Amino acid sequence: MEALSFLADGVLVALEPLNLVLILIGVTVGLFIGAMPGLGSVNGVAILLPITFLVPPGSAIIFLAAIYYGAMYGGAISSVTMGIPGASTAVATTFDGRPLALQGRASLALVTAAIASFVGGTVANVLFTLFAPLLATMALSFGPPEIFALMLLAFATFVGLGGDDIPKTIFSICLGLVLATVGFDTISGEPRLVLFEIDGFLRGIGFIVLAIGVYGIGEMLWTIEQTRGEVTTTNPKMTFKGMVADTKEAVRRGWKGTWIGSILGFFVGVLPAAGATPGSLMSYGVAKMVSKNPEEYGKGTPDGVAAPEAANNSASTGSMLPMLTLGIPGSPTTAILLGGMVIWGLTPGPRLFVDQSEFVWGLIGSFYISNIAALLINLAFIPLFVWMLRMPFTILAPLIFVLSIVGGFAASRSMHDLWLIVIFGLAAFFLRKFDYPLAPAVLAIVLGPIAEPTMRQSLLLSSGDPTIFFTRPIAGPITVVAIILILLPAIKLLRRKRSERAA
Amino acid sequence: MKLTKRFFLGMAAGTALATLPIAALAQDWQPKRPIDFTIMAGPGGGADQIARFVQSVVEANDMTNRPLIPTNRGGGSGAESLLHLKDARDPDHTLMVTLNSFYTTPIRQEGLGVDVEAFTPITMMGVDPFVLWVHKDSGITTFEDYIAKVKEMDGEYVMGGTGTGQEDSIVIAYMSGAYDLKIKYIPYDGGGAVAKDLAGQQIMATVNNPAEAKGFYEAGEFVPLLAFSDERMDAYPDVPTMKEKGHDFSYYNQRAIVGAPGMSDEAAAYYRDVFGKVYEGADWQEYLASESLSPLPMDEAQTRAYWATQVANHRKLLSEIGG
Repeated sequence: MEALSFLADGVLVALEPLNLVLILIGVTVGLFIGAMPGLGSVNGVAILLPITFLVPPGSAIIFLAAIYYGAMYGGAISSVTMGIPGASTAVATTFDGRPLALQGRASLALVTAAIASFVGGTVANVLFTLFAPLLATMALSFGPPEIFALMLLAFATFVGLGGDDIPKTIFSICLGLVLATVGFDTISGEPRLVLFEIDGFLRGIGFIVLAIGVYGIGEMLWTIEQTRGEVTTTNPKMTFKGMVADTKEAVRRGWKGTWIGSILGFFVGVLPAAGATPGSLMSYGVAKMVSKNPEEYGKGTPDGVAAPEAANNSASTGSMLPMLTLGIPGSPTTAILLGGMVIWGLTPGPRLFVDQSEFVWGLIGSFYISNIAALLINLAFIPLFVWMLRMPFTILAPLIFVLSIVGGFAASRSMHDLWLIVIFGLAAFFLRKFDYPLAPAVLAIVLGPIAEPTMRQSLLLSSGDPTIFFTRPIAGPITVVAIILILLPAIKLLRRKRSERAA
Repeated sequence: MKLTKRFFLGMAAGTALATLPIAALAQDWQPKRPIDFTIMAGPGGGADQIARFVQSVVEANDMTNRPLIPTNRGGGSGAESLLHLKDARDPDHTLMVTLNSFYTTPIRQEGLGVDVEAFTPITMMGVDPFVLWVHKDSGITTFEDYIAKVKEMDGEYVMGGTGTGQEDSIVIAYMSGAYDLKIKYIPYDGGGAVAKDLAGQQIMATVNNPAEAKGFYEAGEFVPLLAFSDERMDAYPDVPTMKEKGHDFSYYNQRAIVGAPGMSDEAAAYYRDVFGKVYEGADWQEYLASESLSPLPMDEAQTRAYWATQVANHRKLLSEIGG
């Protein structure tokens, strides 16, 4: 196998002392940046890009990729311990990670996240190594109708997420879709829903702003109200034995979600329009759909942590693929990496694997090493993160509030976003009191900005004929599956009613 | 319609001496806090690449005593950036890296109340020409083939771009008018997405800056048909220009660094000195060559005059295409 010998050379490059040190530093820095609410891999890579000019390009990108990897691991940490997604890619991790932590199983959630991330990253690396050129061709065959069909599928997997109250789930999705349209419209170039003519809305409503509001502020208010401040996060002392037991349990109860996330996350990540956030959300939805015990999801099942965590790592490797082979970034972070490569004098694109094969394979080799390093470093820090949870809630609550505000400000440096975080937090609290599910709204604000323009582009292509979603060879089957999945709960409901009437 | 640059090139040489005293003044003023380096577009695009390149050169050579903090404020075709500069609380520490939405967005969104001519010129880093590209599998090799094909498809020929009123749509609108073409135009949210969908043949042609199509061109996937530059480009010597085809039209993307309105003369002089050195440095000159940017050095007065002509030209172009 030609690819394997290239890979062996690449791993040797990654193991050179300078590169190895950079990997270790990068992964650790990334872990903490990812764990900070609001700050994700984008910020980490952007902040540290200039200092990479001190080392050769090959080492520089290895360093940045290690940060990217570390941040994907780190995102899970605040999702689990505080209930605030550390990065947009880790939102789905809160759905089950937070309940686990409240049950005193934070270490199980964190160990599951670490192992799932490792498997996801490794599966993606293997797929990348073996099939890079083929996958690049696949990514190109996804035009606007195919991307829209995929987004439809993502929505379909989430119809069941809100529980049994379908009208409230639909309301929540619509709320998210409306918020997603705020700001400038790509297709017409006109501003939409600039509420009260406040200039800040021209930029649109950032996903991270909504997530911090809903999960940071909203969750904190909810917890205070529910428990009157008497939060008992009973934490057994972290022991080595305990961690070994958690590891076994994580593997036993999380392997299914891990595999779903690893495979699905990678393919969604490879598509330039999608990226790691939709990938992790979709994996969560699919894992729940195929699970034998879907009612456990949202209450704290390791599968629900494993699926999104495996997916976000696998997707982050996946999104490197279109960047390297096509010169098209698959995520905001790879967009900055791409900028870095241009600055280092490399031209990403179809020629890169041929002209700069040492660089490319060194990078791929470093993915494998970074992944191992990230797993070990992450596991080593878990006791520290769990220890944080043993703080009294009277200290933890203000800390979460401060982190939410600081993190929200750091991402965009705008006061406007801070007010939005507070407003969303209050709104989320009241919606939750009235039993509205919030996850569908969060999903809608992630997928809406991808689904809406691709639908309109497709209809422009077909001069307004909606059959374009059914007649194209890739889009057609995806659309049909999505529609069946959307109709399924309705059909089940009708049947139940009919049988009730018959009885 | 002539968005000329040769005139200014000439003037630039003539006034080079006059700028020297200003450079000397620069020593008197130093930044007191980190410098806000706003980028008028999202991460990954041309403006972003340039901003990060410039930042890295400044950083590597320790050219400022306070760091440049790049922040992408691409929302609303750059409206976010324009408002951020217009309302800057500390104009002496607020800079922006521009593209042509610097001209088009305030015209298209009059409600913003942004007058770009009030902004402070710092350094013109270069201008980026536009080129018409098709996929190699289309079999089209000349501009004449292209015209014939578009006419034959009668309204079904699909081109992608970055949106109505954006740079490429202005070029396409001019071309359609000049040759009486009917084109189906699909807007995307960035030049990278446009290039990807041309490579996947989801769309049939694009008008794009060379930097965004270069990888596919070198791999033989994209075929350049026509350049919208004043003269043939060094990187594409066989590609004719619109001017050769008898239409007096050229169009460039402005890659400039500008300061907030109300920036003090001392601060502006300091930044002109810093970025002037970046501009003259070997790193930037190599970048200009490898990304096919054209140099267009100008001093403050020339830049102001250039902005006035560009604003007038864009107003005319946009009203013609109804954008």
